[in-house]
Amino acid sequence: MDNEELTEQETALYDRQIRVWGVDAQRRLSKSHILVSGMKGTVVEFCKNIVLAGVGSLTLMDDRMVTEDSLSANFLIPPVDDVFRGKSLAEVCCDALRDFNPMVQVSVQKGDLSSFDGDFYDKFSAVVVSCCSLATKRLINEKCRKRQKRIAFYTVDCRDSCGEIFVDLQNYTYAQKRLDETIECQLQYPSFEEAVAVRWSTLPRRLSKLYFAMRVIENFEEAEGRKAGETSIADLPRILKLKKELCEEQSLNESHIPDALLERLLIGTKEHPPVCAIIGGILGQEVIKAISGKGDPLKNFFFFDALDGKGIIEDIGSISTGN
Amino acid sequence: MGSEQQLEVIKSAKVLMVGAGGIGCELLKTLALSGFQDIHIIDMDTIEVSNLNRQFLFRQSHVGQSKAKVAREAVLRFRPNINITPYHANVKGPEFNVDFFKQFNVVLNGLDNLDARRHVNRLCLAADVPLVESGTTGFLGQVTVHVKGKTECYECQPKPTPKSYPVCTITSTPSKFVHCIVWAKDLLFAKLFGDKSQGNDLNVRSSDGASSSENAEDAFERRADEDVEQYGRRIYDHVFGYNIEMALGNEETWKNRNRPKPIYSCDVLPENLSYQNGTLEKDCPNGDSSLVSAMASLGLKNPQDIWSLLENTRIFLEALKLFFVKREKDIGNLIFDKDDQLAVEIVTAAANIRAASFGIPLHSLFEAKGIAGNIVHAVATTNAIIAGLIVIEAIKVLHGDTNRYRMTYCVEHPARKMLLMPVEPFEPNKACYVCSETPLTLEVNTSRSKLRDIVEKIVKNKLGMNLPLIMHGSALLYEVGDDLEEVEVANYEANLEKVLAELPSPVTGGTVLTVEDLQQEFTCSINIKHREEFDEEKEPDGMLLSGWTQPPTTEKDNDPTLANKESTSSAAQTAVVEVDEVEIVLPSVRVDIGGAKRKLSDISSAATSAATGVVDATHSSRKPEEIEDDDNDVVVMIDGGNLGANKKKRVQ
Ligand SMILES: [Zn+2]
Repeated sequence: MDNEELTEQETALYDRQIRVWGVDAQRRLSKSHILVSGMKGTVVEFCKNIVLAGVGSLTLMDDRMVTEDSLSANFLIPPVDDVFRGKSLAEVCCDALRDFNPMVQVSVQKGDLSSFDGDFYDKFSAVVVSCCSLATKRLINEKCRKRQKRIAFYTVDCRDSCGEIFVDLQNYTYAQKRLDETIECQLQYPSFEEAVAVRWSTLPRRLSKLYFAMRVIENFEEAEGRKAGETSIADLPRILKLKKELCEEQSLNESHIPDALLERLLIGTKEHPPVCAIIGGILGQEVIKAISGKGDPLKNFFFFDALDGKGIIEDIGSISTGN
Repeated sequence: MGSEQQLEVIKSAKVLMVGAGGIGCELLKTLALSGFQDIHIIDMDTIEVSNLNRQFLFRQSHVGQSKAKVAREAVLRFRPNINITPYHANVKGPEFNVDFFKQFNVVLNGLDNLDARRHVNRLCLAADVPLVESGTTGFLGQVTVHVKGKTECYECQPKPTPKSYPVCTITSTPSKFVHCIVWAKDLLFAKLFGDKSQGNDLNVRSSDGASSSENAEDAFERRADEDVEQYGRRIYDHVFGYNIEMALGNEETWKNRNRPKPIYSCDVLPENLSYQNGTLEKDCPNGDSSLVSAMASLGLKNPQDIWSLLENTRIFLEALKLFFVKREKDIGNLIFDKDDQLAVEIVTAAANIRAASFGIPLHSLFEAKGIAGNIVHAVATTNAIIAGLIVIEAIKVLHGDTNRYRMTYCVEHPARKMLLMPVEPFEPNKACYVCSETPLTLEVNTSRSKLRDIVEKIVKNKLGMNLPLIMHGSALLYEVGDDLEEVEVANYEANLEKVLAELPSPVTGGTVLTVEDLQQEFTCSINIKHREEFDEEKEPDGMLLSGWTQPPTTEKDNDPTLANKESTSSAAQTAVVEVDEVEIVLPSVRVDIGGAKRKLSDISSAATSAATGVVDATHSSRKPEEIEDDDNDVVVMIDGGNLGANKKKRVQ
């Protein structure tokens, strides 16, 4: 690690957070490069958090045109037609995010995430994907894992008032602080593929029901060739049918995936701003931890449901717990 | 509840936000996105540079402007059609009375100090408006719901009180760096640059005769023809040399302690070298005195560095000189301010020189500033999460969804896999002196303590009253207010100086006092118990109030993680009170995930014993075999740290 010092301006701006994670962590943050894809409410919250935290650069991907709907949980874009007309979501978000912290380089990358070569990812310390298909998640995760350097990989999705985060830090070593002692800790993360392919019957009895429900919907979208999130309550009967099939195939009691939960996830197509803030906050914290090497990172799923208020970590697909 | 119906309730709600800081910015944004259309927001603060890393509605160009007003404008940019009413004012102001509070459906707190939190709690109780309370420190946070008669109020559980140190620890026997900081800030800095009419214990030494104390008084005055460099060295030698020398004379004190070493400036920095000290222009070129810095003129750049004794000495002398040359008009009315660079520099240097004298490890300016300014660790993400949780609870409150209210902890180390941990709210504490009418007991020496002691140390400091009135039976002993007659004011002033037993209506053992705050619409009774002696170290107030906070009963527990975590962070070992961001009081709570009701008796008040500014959560996940076992309770213990109080007066 070089000894480049923070500038006076950085020290003043980041004073309060340096008191949380220290100067070294701040220096590492300012040298990190983050890629995000899919500018929905949760990702916008995440972007705000890491731009404020002072990452080196942030690259945004989302070529979808701005619509009324895409603004429902977005505080970056004024609802004025001539501000966003003809612009992509990534473009309008970029302008606003730059404004949050002039020390962070925010830019837009056009194109289809899955079309890039592996070396495109070498530029980044962390990649966050949202609103994309099961196949794309697998693909990007594999590309990241094949690179020489470690690229932290995250997926994040919200449905109704629920959210899911997946984390893959591959082989991750960090200093774990416990009271007075510091222990070197090593974590081995499974890939996305490994984490979603675990046989359900082998998973702990009390696993978050959201894990299963999200997998059912994901599988439905893949089977039907739908885009991510392109489902509605009209699909409920067929999704329930798929759930039954999957449960039989995986020898899981159907009660682990309540119909009511699936129904909720399908009805609630609108984003819930408080949930976006919570999930975007947790994700921001995790990316900051992974880059700075400070704090215990989450392994490897996080689930939040506003209905019961629990924010739960599950470790799924690891060699040790994968049974 | 359908989402349409839910949206209607949100749209028609009128909410009051108190605080537009770290949590406030996030909260206002999330409320606006969630569809709230009538939001009132109170904040007395103006924007500072160190806010910008998390208070994302503010920009560099807003520094110095009202937080409430700038936050409103920023949110209207993405939600132009909602109503946001800002108040750049202190929530304790008379305009925010019970009637003001009554117009709201719910009050949401994003505050930074205990005092204001208690004040809002009482107004919400009096106005019968639900309150959602919150706090964050670093990665930790908490949201609670307070609904009169249904859940506990903010003050039902004891709150750690501001830590105070025995005077002699500060003046004669410091053992920790924080003691040196308190000495440098509250005694030395106040003596040199503050209001001269204020009492100051700088020269208090147990063995000191009155005459030398007289001489000491004069020592701080700069003589008419005295060169500023000479003056600096004289002050230095007086406080770090002579005073230590005098203290050493008291053998009794040092029997079981390490003897401090007197430090004289010429030993550290010989006279002939002193001209290596900074170059000094006589005038302040830009007229901006806030840019004056001893570090800058000495070429010291990194605030993280720990200076040597020589560097501290040079900073001390240089800073003192700069105050006299560049900021002479400030002298005599300065109050320590963590955002005043030169003040932080001289306090850091003085604390370090004193620490060197007492064999205490030195600290960097960055760390010293954190301790002196009671700066709370703050990050954007925790504030965002907490604000999201506040909105979720606020929506439940608007629907009267009582059974689903939760208090939620955001923890750093997950307990039972949970990063966000909801807990059913507690029922009101029947012994709470705020929301029930349980009398308090005050042990006091009625033939020695004055009414002023009760007013300042108990009624204002401990009970958090703003405009108190004290009655003994039907006799009024004390009252404040604008509408008093002159003769009444004189009368009450005279009472303040009287010993309790000698008041017109004598207060002795067995007396019941009624204390009332008309603004907070809050009354309580205090049973007076006479007691002769008090332990100076343990009861520095010379009084003991009980019935409102039980003395801390730290749970005996084998779990080592429940021990006090003094050493977690050296920069945060402060317990004195003012915080920049948010005060957080996280009690230790038994969390039953199975859903059974927890009893109030399960709460440990261990939080009150925490002397650190660090909040930490312990967790049971280190015993992974327990994770799947839902039948055991998990003890989550979060030591409450910073308590706000004494919000400093801002120099506008
Ligand atoms: Zn109460």
